[in-house]
Amino acid sequence: MDFTLPSELEEMRRTIRDFVEHEVEPLAMQIEEEDRVPDSVLEKSKELGLFGLSIPEEYGGIGLNMLGKCVIYEELGKTINGYTTIIGAHNGIGSVGIVEFGTKEQKEKYLPRMATGEWIGAFALTEPQAGSNAAAIKTTAVKKGDRYILNGQKIYITNAPYAHVFTVMAVTDASKGAKGITSFIVERDFPGFRVGHIEKKMGLHGSHTAQIFFEDMEVPEENVLGREGEGYVNALKILANGRAGLAARCLGSCEYLLDKSLAFAHERIQFGKPIFEQQIIQHYLAEMALEIELLRTFVYRVAWMTDQKMNVIKEAAMLKLYGSEVYNRVADKAVQIHGGLGFIAEYPIERFYRDARITRIYEGTSEIQKNIIAAQLHKEYERTKADV
Amino acid sequence: MHVVVLMKQTFDTEERIRLVDGKIAEDGVKWIINPYDEYAVEEAIQLKENQGATVTVVSVGNENTTQALRTALAMGADEAVLIEAPDLSDERAIAKAIVAYLKDKSFDVLLAGNFSVDNGAGQVAIRVAHELGLPHIAAVTKLTIEGNQATGVREIDGDVQTVTATLPALFTAQQGLNEPRYPSLPNIMKAKKKPLTTLTLSDLGLSNDDVAAKVERVEVTLPPKRQAGQKITGTPDEQAEQLAEILVKALR
Ligand SMILES: Cc1cc2nc3c(=O)[nH]c(=O)nc-3n(C[C@H](O)[C@H](O)[C@H](O)COP(=O)(O)OP(=O)(O)OC[C@H]3O[C@@H](n4cnc5c(N)ncnc54)[C@H](O)[C@@H]3O)c2cc1C
Ligand SMILES: Cc1cc2nc3c(=O)[nH]c(=O)nc-3n(C[C@H](O)[C@H](O)[C@H](O)COP(=O)(O)OP(=O)(O)OC[C@H]3O[C@@H](n4cnc5c(N)ncnc54)[C@H](O)[C@@H]3O)c2cc1C
Repeated sequence: MDFTLPSELEEMRRTIRDFVEHEVEPLAMQIEEEDRVPDSVLEKSKELGLFGLSIPEEYGGIGLNMLGKCVIYEELGKTINGYTTIIGAHNGIGSVGIVEFGTKEQKEKYLPRMATGEWIGAFALTEPQAGSNAAAIKTTAVKKGDRYILNGQKIYITNAPYAHVFTVMAVTDASKGAKGITSFIVERDFPGFRVGHIEKKMGLHGSHTAQIFFEDMEVPEENVLGREGEGYVNALKILANGRAGLAARCLGSCEYLLDKSLAFAHERIQFGKPIFEQQIIQHYLAEMALEIELLRTFVYRVAWMTDQKMNVIKEAAMLKLYGSEVYNRVADKAVQIHGGLGFIAEYPIERFYRDARITRIYEGTSEIQKNIIAAQLHKEYERTKADV
Repeated sequence: MHVVVLMKQTFDTEERIRLVDGKIAEDGVKWIINPYDEYAVEEAIQLKENQGATVTVVSVGNENTTQALRTALAMGADEAVLIEAPDLSDERAIAKAIVAYLKDKSFDVLLAGNFSVDNGAGQVAIRVAHELGLPHIAAVTKLTIEGNQATGVREIDGDVQTVTATLPALFTAQQGLNEPRYPSLPNIMKAKKKPLTTLTLSDLGLSNDDVAAKVERVEVTLPPKRQAGQKITGTPDEQAEQLAEILVKALR
């Protein structure tokens, strides 16, 4: 077994680490307060190639495998999560659908401009009455000649205020349940497309999540993504693909928090000595370090499995669950170690604490991940039983 | 136009220096391109982009130095050469190795950093120019090349100085020359396929005697720890009196 990374991935890691440290992190407080990532930061990120991570080289991206993406996401996780989310949602759920299920024509039309970041991608599944139960979506798509007419509402769509290309799930045949859902590539300037209210959020400031509305919106039939009736399965595959990347972002944030906490524990003097000398503080740090180490190993193992084209449904669900839960535990301990300072908004710890919270909810809640794991375990059991 | 950049890999300037057995500990240290050399690399790539040039980066170092050379390739250099000579210590020897490599090469512009942030001698590049009999302009903050004429701008105490030279010539880069780019992710991938040649001293026809150190490093020490400050208290008059006393004592 060999845990070393290829040298070009090490080089990418160093570059992104440098970039994050010098170009993004100094602006984190500003991004948090203004709830906006400066255009200059996004432009520089685009120049670096950060918007083409999933897109193959032939379409202008760098076509990284999962291992490579996780290396980059780990580094991006070390700064304000709102910035990371813009990039993560674009490269993950926002563009993977077209990369995986798009026709040659669709790829040629959309991917080159998505790879440069000229067109930002988004993924629109959730609706007011359909969150965890995504198959309950009501947005309709009715075929009319060579086009589909879409009507409905999506909520909580990350990147919606500035995205150009949306992967949208809609019902083409209500009688078939989940098998009656189809995915479409929707452009924001299709007539009948409208972005609604931008949500005020607990965290992820700088990243914007909004409602979108389709009012008799016409989508040409060549914009059906994959086959009619496969939209739900496509959505699940796109979400499953993103899980390792999300966990890698959690990992980066955890590493940041451990670094800060370790330094603070050595510098903060109470009762005449650094609080690090209190065994309870040492144990907090030891627990954080252990969970982070396990998360790191798990992230890269699932990334590797994904790159070997192994079935990772169970492992990816475990990883998303574990990564987000570890992030929350680590953030809680980091606040605790920092005492009052951990609660103060002029210092970054409380921001990570708030940003951590969403990771247990979006891209499939922790409870749903457990359902997926259990369903896979059940399948395994049925299979062994069949063998006897 | 052929531009050759002389480049050194150094400690990250943000790294804390530790001494182990009288030597600077190198384990777990982050290595970077010497910041002044990074300006030189960037300048070379800009010459390539704006005027058309091939860029070769050359470094004397060890196997670990390939990392810095790959970074330069990812920034946009075309070709890298590692002169593998980990034991060379003095600037004269390093310059000798570089001269041995360059003497039968053709090039128009030699670029290097003003000095390296680790040893700070600022000698290697100038020695190379001297041995090759080339004009050089040190610490440029602006460089213009037109035909075979180069104009370098240098900042001198409160003023600027403009110096011209005929190519081939050597220039060392000062802070302010440019803003080095981050290598983009696609270029990091492409850099993998660019040529990186490793040469030894014997490949360059140099014997151990040729590169024997003329300077011996006797001792390395950390700067003395700063003493804790002394607080002066009392009424302004009392404070003035105490301060005068301290100053007088220190002057004696
Ligand atoms: C900031 C943000 C960004 C988002 N970005 C996007 C996006 O880009 N695109 C998109 O399509 N969606 C997006 N979402 C939506 C997100 O994926 C959903 O919020 C998430 O799937 C949960 O759905 P819900 O909010 O409707 O909660 P519900 O599904 O109503 O869940 C409420 C609670 O019930 C639990 N629960 C529900 N069903 C079960 C069950 N069967 N077993 C056990 N427990 C269950 C849940 O785990 C949860 O604890 C985003 C949400 C937020 C807040
Ligand atoms: C919003 C807010 C309101 C506040 N209001 C008031 C107020 O009205 N009046 C007021 O006087 N103060 C107030 N405080 C201060 C508050 O009481 C302190 O922040 C708290 O006592 C912790 O002290 P500290 O922040 O200096 O953390 P530290 O004492 O530095 O503690 C840092 C960490 O080290 C641990 N630690 C420290 N010593 C030991 C030990 N011996 N053994 C084990 N662990 C140890 C702590 O438990 C903590 O986890 C307020 C703070 C906040 C954030």
